[in-house]
Amino acid sequence: MSEPLLELQEVTVRFGGHVAVDSVDLSVDPGTITGLIGPNGAGKTTTFNVITGLQAPTTGHLHFGGKDITRARAHRRAQAGIGRTFQRLEVFGSLTARENVLVGVELRRRWGRRAKPTPVALALLAETGLIQPSSGPEVLGGILAREETDALLDLVGISHVANTRADELPTGLARLVELARALATRPRLLLLDEPASGQDESETEAFAQLLVRLAGTGMGILLVEHDVPLVMQLCSKVCVLDFGSVLATGTPAEVQADKAVIDAYLGAEPVSAEAIEHLDAGA
Amino acid sequence: METFFQFFIVFALQAAGIYAVAASGLVVTYATSGVFNFAHGAIGMFCAFSYWELSQNRGWPSWIALVVVLFVEAPLIGLVLDRVIMRRLADASTITTIVVTIGLLVAFVQLAGMIWPQGSTTRVLPEFFVGDTVKVFGINVSYHAVIVLITAILVAVVLRVLLYETRLGVAMRAVVDNRELGALNGVHPDRISSVSWMLGSMLAALAGVLIAPILPQFTPVALTLLVISAYAAAMVGRLRSLPLTFLGAVILGEFESLLNWIDTKGIGGHTVADVANDLQTSAPVILLFVVLILLPQDRVAGRSSRRYNAPTPSLRTMAMAMVAYVAGAYVIAQSGWVSKTTVDQLGVGIALGIVMLSLVLLTGYGGQVSLAQPGFAGIGALVVWKMGPVGGLVAGVVICAAVGVLVALPALKMRDLYLALSTMAFALFLETNIYGENALFKQFLPFSVGNASVRRIPGLEGDTAFFMVMAVAFALIVLLLTVIRNGSFGRRLQAMRDSPSACVTLGLDLTATKLQAFGLAAAIAGLGGALLAMWKETSVGVADFSLLKGPLPGLPLVLVAVVFGITTAFGAVIGGPVFVLLPLIGTWYPALENIMNLAPGLAGIGLGQNPDGAVGQVAESFARDEPSADHPPPPPRVPVVPERVGAAGRPTAEEIRELDDVLGLSWGRCETKAAPR
Ligand SMILES: Nc1ncnc2c1ncn2[C@@H]1O[C@H](COP(=O)(O)OP(=O)(O)O)[C@@H](O)[C@H]1O
Ligand SMILES: [Mg+2]
Repeated sequence: MSEPLLELQEVTVRFGGHVAVDSVDLSVDPGTITGLIGPNGAGKTTTFNVITGLQAPTTGHLHFGGKDITRARAHRRAQAGIGRTFQRLEVFGSLTARENVLVGVELRRRWGRRAKPTPVALALLAETGLIQPSSGPEVLGGILAREETDALLDLVGISHVANTRADELPTGLARLVELARALATRPRLLLLDEPASGQDESETEAFAQLLVRLAGTGMGILLVEHDVPLVMQLCSKVCVLDFGSVLATGTPAEVQADKAVIDAYLGAEPVSAEAIEHLDAGA
Repeated sequence: METFFQFFIVFALQAAGIYAVAASGLVVTYATSGVFNFAHGAIGMFCAFSYWELSQNRGWPSWIALVVVLFVEAPLIGLVLDRVIMRRLADASTITTIVVTIGLLVAFVQLAGMIWPQGSTTRVLPEFFVGDTVKVFGINVSYHAVIVLITAILVAVVLRVLLYETRLGVAMRAVVDNRELGALNGVHPDRISSVSWMLGSMLAALAGVLIAPILPQFTPVALTLLVISAYAAAMVGRLRSLPLTFLGAVILGEFESLLNWIDTKGIGGHTVADVANDLQTSAPVILLFVVLILLPQDRVAGRSSRRYNAPTPSLRTMAMAMVAYVAGAYVIAQSGWVSKTTVDQLGVGIALGIVMLSLVLLTGYGGQVSLAQPGFAGIGALVVWKMGPVGGLVAGVVICAAVGVLVALPALKMRDLYLALSTMAFALFLETNIYGENALFKQFLPFSVGNASVRRIPGLEGDTAFFMVMAVAFALIVLLLTVIRNGSFGRRLQAMRDSPSACVTLGLDLTATKLQAFGLAAAIAGLGGALLAMWKETSVGVADFSLLKGPLPGLPLVLVAVVFGITTAFGAVIGGPVFVLLPLIGTWYPALENIMNLAPGLAGIGLGQNPDGAVGQVAESFARDEPSADHPPPPPRVPVVPERVGAAGRPTAEEIRELDDVLGLSWGRCETKAAPR
């Protein structure tokens, strides 16, 4: 890979006197899953907000697909191929799960009418089974918005609740609605903010497999997750944040061996779920 | 020099003192309960009228009357409001609190109109120590002005001491964002709430009693609208800083005096002086609008948004319903079963129903609050009156759409409360300075005195024919809304209502979508207004489109619309006729007149119990799903706790202080003080 899909350079965000993100450098490569971990309040969500344009950085630069997007407006970034889910659920509560995804599909069809589908988009559609892996962009014209929606619901495994109002879904399923909705924009970069919280063990297992399949389409994924074993299992690269700044970046093995990280976040003993919960509560 | 002193010191500061008293009451209740009390001025009005009743009508000594009003009646009103209404709004959405307090406003105005009927007598409330003056720098200053100033200063001192030196006050400041936080100080949150509403009412009453004597008109509406000045001053203080609120009051007082000065001195020639004269009454509205635009938007603006549970009827169902509606209208217009007066009134109801439909699109689907819809109806009427029936209808709709977009532009970033205030300010400006009593354009005079004549569409002039035109127009708009609701634009609007940030991350341009919604809604309201003007044919004017004045005022209209449900078009089918029939029922059964007049206000207040509107609730009770075995009730969501504040366990004193700084009712910006134990 010659250049990263997303690159943050010395991004800083201040809220009044409080530095939430402190000169962060971060990059995500296409087709890989990058982990972003750190205790509560470390600045992970704020970093996501900066990447998606919901929060302007105080200083620093962002590049996406080789272009400087520091000043781009939020909806433009989405149109350029950045999709996300939210830690605090942002489903469209009065719409059904299917309608939630349909909104995404319809919006993409409005602003993406003239754009040529990216290789990631084609691979994603092939993953849903809507098109053959070998087919080119010309077959896309025949796909109806409803078909695409149902295919996405199926892909993330929530077809059985398609007609349930999103605000009546349990958290774990609602997170999957958000994921399907984000996929509806056929993003090249997917940001997931604690997607596995609210899921049980078997759900998490299925979810991990889904993420691997998504990365296989060439999509770059940035994953914020408290389930550290999950992050270490999935990610090719992990970035640890603490008090807004990067403590360490590297492969899971490197990060787990890092002294500063162990002291600040992981703890000396092997990481147990309770330990992390404890850390979260104390942060 | 002499007059300069009089204008900019005496008049300006006298007005400023009263605004400051009123505005600080507003800030105290908002900061402690999170409810912006639209009825603040109406409470002051009601107390001022009570004071008049006791001191003038019943001849009680002024001071006794004053004590009774300020220290018995006003706190009692505050206490009852808190116990009966406000406490239930603790978790309500901002839209619900807006509707409930506007309902209260309307109810107080109607109640005052019933107790003290207008028209027959002109009441006068004399100044305190009328005629007595003191000499300051050789100028005669009325005792009243001196009293006002002293009162304002006293209020400032008392509030400062109360909020900073007493345990209750510290708890009041802490309770702002977190009820449990206040309880830490050992003061029960309910008590804080009661005290703040009692205090707020007393300050409203004090302002009402002080301002009534120096107003040109002593009427419920005039007095109630003074609250706009309080809104403006309180907004300068961003609804939390009392010193800035006082500063806002002074800015407003000076601004009014400046306009008065330009007018009186004829500065800048006739034209400028005339404009200044016309604008004087709108000074608070202008300041409010400007402050709202300049105000950085709060990140803590929104409260939990409410659940929308509207049924989504299919186009087929709606089409059948609308065929029945039009057929029913035909029977009513044609059969002669219904008297001409009733048909006249029902026609008005259909037209106003169209105005209500505009709210279905904007608020019901899009989640955008607007109190300006009656104003857009007024523009529609103005245009058909000026440009004739056919061209005017088209032009009216187009112009309204354009104005709707223009109004929405500065309001794009505003959340519910600010949006409500700025659209209200816009509507008030329209009804005063565009087509109202102080119209800047003198050619609108017939409209502003209410005797414009409007022609109907050629070939459809007959009463029955035009009644049917309106019914069909209504039905078509209902169908249009249904198509929108079930289509992609409607889904986008609802998505925007439910989560703007998620919409943006799907590539939705919020600006464009909001502008579309505002424009389309304004166009629909304009059409309703134009049809209403044509239906009335004669004596069309500002009174038909005013927010509070006239036989069918706009604020109650909005209330009825919301109460009957704005999440579906069905609400307006019933809401429009009910709204116009309420006064009519009152004339049929005089015993019911009072209750009929109060109905919209009471219904608005009742919305606190049923935020989805009557029609929505009835429909839902039919459509309710039985909980099935394989879909157990969802587990509770992760609670949304502001991460900064007391996220873990009990908040510390440090956090209380921080909270106080960030959200609290602050006296000075950076000042923090340890809570006395
Ligand atoms: N809009 C905001 N205004 C002020 N402070 C904020 C805002 N958003 C987040 N913060 C603060 O910034 C820090 C980082 O928050 P966040 O990015 O949500 O952390 P994380 O997602 O890692 O838990 C926290 O201390 C949080 O309180
Ligand atoms: Mg977070």
